[in-house]
Amino acid sequence: MILFLVRRILLLIPTLIGVAVVTFFLIRVIPGDPVVVKLRADGAAVTEETIQAERKRLGLDKPLYAQFGDFVVGLAHGDLGNSLWTGQPVLKEIAIRFPVSLQVAIMATIIAILISVPLGILSAVYRDTWIDYVVRIIAVSGLAIPSFWLGMLMILALLSWKNWLPPIGYVSIFQDPVANLQATIMPAISVGYRYAAIATRMMRSALLEVLREDYIRTAKAKGLFQKLVVRRHALRNALLPVVTVIGLEFAFLIGGLVVTEQVFNLNGIGKLFVDATTRGDFNLIQGLVLMIAVIFILVNLVVDLLYGLLDPRIRVS
Amino acid sequence: MSMLCRFMSVVLGLGVAVGAAHAQAPKAGGTLNFSVVAEPPNYDCHASTTFALVHPVAPHYSTLLKFDTAQYPKVIGDLAKSWDVSADGLTYTFRLHEGVKFHDGSALTSADVKASYDRIINPPAGVVSARQAYYADVAAVETPDPTTVRFKLKAAVAGMFESLASPYNCIYSAAKLKENPRFPEANIMGSGAFRFVEHVKGSTWEGKKFDGYFRKGLPYLDGFKAFFVKSNGVVPGMLGGQFETEFRGRNPAELAQLKQGMADRLVVNEGPWVGSLIVIFNTKRKPFDDVRVRQALSLAIDRWGGSPALSKISILRHVGGIMRPGFEMALPPAELEKLPGYGRDIEASRAQARKLLAEAGVTNLSFKLLNRNVAEPYTPAGIYSIDQWKRVGVTATHEQLETKLYVDNVTSGNFDVAIEFVNDYVDDPTAQFAKFLTKAASPVGYSGHEDKSLDKMYEAQRRLVDPVKRKAFVQDMERYAITQAYNVPLLWFHRIIASNAKVKGWNFTPSHYVGQDLVEVWLDQK
Repeated sequence: MILFLVRRILLLIPTLIGVAVVTFFLIRVIPGDPVVVKLRADGAAVTEETIQAERKRLGLDKPLYAQFGDFVVGLAHGDLGNSLWTGQPVLKEIAIRFPVSLQVAIMATIIAILISVPLGILSAVYRDTWIDYVVRIIAVSGLAIPSFWLGMLMILALLSWKNWLPPIGYVSIFQDPVANLQATIMPAISVGYRYAAIATRMMRSALLEVLREDYIRTAKAKGLFQKLVVRRHALRNALLPVVTVIGLEFAFLIGGLVVTEQVFNLNGIGKLFVDATTRGDFNLIQGLVLMIAVIFILVNLVVDLLYGLLDPRIRVS
Repeated sequence: MSMLCRFMSVVLGLGVAVGAAHAQAPKAGGTLNFSVVAEPPNYDCHASTTFALVHPVAPHYSTLLKFDTAQYPKVIGDLAKSWDVSADGLTYTFRLHEGVKFHDGSALTSADVKASYDRIINPPAGVVSARQAYYADVAAVETPDPTTVRFKLKAAVAGMFESLASPYNCIYSAAKLKENPRFPEANIMGSGAFRFVEHVKGSTWEGKKFDGYFRKGLPYLDGFKAFFVKSNGVVPGMLGGQFETEFRGRNPAELAQLKQGMADRLVVNEGPWVGSLIVIFNTKRKPFDDVRVRQALSLAIDRWGGSPALSKISILRHVGGIMRPGFEMALPPAELEKLPGYGRDIEASRAQARKLLAEAGVTNLSFKLLNRNVAEPYTPAGIYSIDQWKRVGVTATHEQLETKLYVDNVTSGNFDVAIEFVNDYVDDPTAQFAKFLTKAASPVGYSGHEDKSLDKMYEAQRRLVDPVKRKAFVQDMERYAITQAYNVPLLWFHRIIASNAKVKGWNFTPSHYVGQDLVEVWLDQK
């Protein structure tokens, strides 16, 4: 197991180098000068000399290979450089937003698991009954309704009925749990519903497949109760694809809540990503892509470890 | 100012102020919450070009002069308590208020004003000064004593007071600048009415009342909190009571939502905005090098007819030339109507447009209209222009790009025709004509024309210190620029500021950059 872990962690290094190289060159292929955007997009008559001076200060006047060299040296020292827009370290910019996105992702995941696992089991066990139909309607609705639209509806409903909105600005859960939950629960629900819908569908189909297996039939033939068959024999196997989906969705949520963050005025990674891209903030884009790559790799690692916990055959192999 | 005077001034120049503040005695206390729909990249006023800096940062700083928001564009003193100008117009001497303190307790003297202006006029290496060119006529800033600052000019220049009243010209501590010329990028340390408390990136900005502020009894507020939100978050935020106002401007649809949701809790101030959209013709490309084609395309646009319709769905409303409609130097409507594209009889204008296109030998003209992919006001402006051109047989394809790509294409001359905006903190022609000049005279002269006569007129108007002569000259210049049509104005913006009725002491002006120091703002709280 330790060897497996070490191997997977070592695999991080070439993956990240590949991501870094591809990102560095790809974002520089896209036209648009971040300095011109910064100084002239608001219409100011900033002189060409000023533009050149700022470009020089930011190191953007250097040849591409020299910029790449600086980037690689910085990366080796754990320095992702400074944001071209704010001048602040990229790591600091990300660190400010990361807790918001992480918390919403965790809360949405909890909501999704709490909804999807029981509903998926019910739907599979009571296949083609009214219970199954109701669960399928809930799940298909979750897939069809965009999270941001649901979020907007929730905001409008709160405004119309209670004349209240969640507070703007993120406060740590350790500082003020009430304010924290007020700000994050609605985005977590709006995202979590869609997330739960995906996982419910997956849970249902995986469990249905497992319930058709010979060993399940054998267990039933032995006279075991349905509950016991499902809980002890079917569920663990059926959970494997569900865990995969939940893991991937969780990683996606860290950087993918672009519109939902805007709807709820959340200062998260998705919003930062959009702002960085709009402004052509190369260094920040690189940092964010690397961060998301690390998250995907780590989440996949955790999913692999969970496979081992759920299925002893995988652990042994 | 009495209610009547206030009402008259609004009607005459600034628009209609609905529910203007009653003559109440200001109440002290409370925190003003407002939203800002963008966030400044850093805190350096001298490097900034965005209102996103002015709105949260201006309350922390003093400037030498400022605009009197009750009588815009009148300039009054901020740090300066009095001043005089030499007979030859080459020396401006300002006497500063005594006892002004920075937020760290150190005294503000003329040396700080000099250090700040030296930084703007001759920025040290690594410092960006976005408006350095505005002060090219300043030969030296002198400090004969701690409360006197003297600006020596190389040549007399019009609009000097307006330049010195720029909200971007924050006065920094000379000592801090000496330690680190880039100190203001990451630190707030001014002498304004509010000291800095906290900036939570991407979220909020907070200031608290500065007890050592040099104007006794001010400010009224205990503090302010700015919330950085996306534009679509302003209306829900105001309806939900998260903030009291937003100082840039809302559109008519948002105003309708606010009126419906807030009813008598809402106060609306509105009027012409120092901002407009213009159509830029790339004269480096055929057939836009032909004045007849440019005039024809301007003639085809029904500005008078489009204004009522567009003003229902966007901030585009006022028909005007290069100077803001209602501004004292602007061409009066009767004069404007004589210029190509401003006639009231649109059918006659379009007939003239078709004739000019035929004379230029241009048939079946088609081109790409470059525009920003920003819904308000760019998209309606683009769609409207394309429709208008279609009526004279011209086909334009709408190419809307994200801001970064748009700016890249416009600055590199990679476009046929583009929609661009003009927006500065002041109405002065020196600011408003910058995009109408050649590239050699102005870094934002994007049309690529080589007509030096406009540059010469621009330079000449800067030297006319007599306001009457300058006005006449600027109006001639406006006639010339609109007739040559390298760029043509489309429509001017309409500024709508909707606030919770408890916000008092804030005056509406046509500029969203000025009057944001919050010194006299107060909250009428129960």
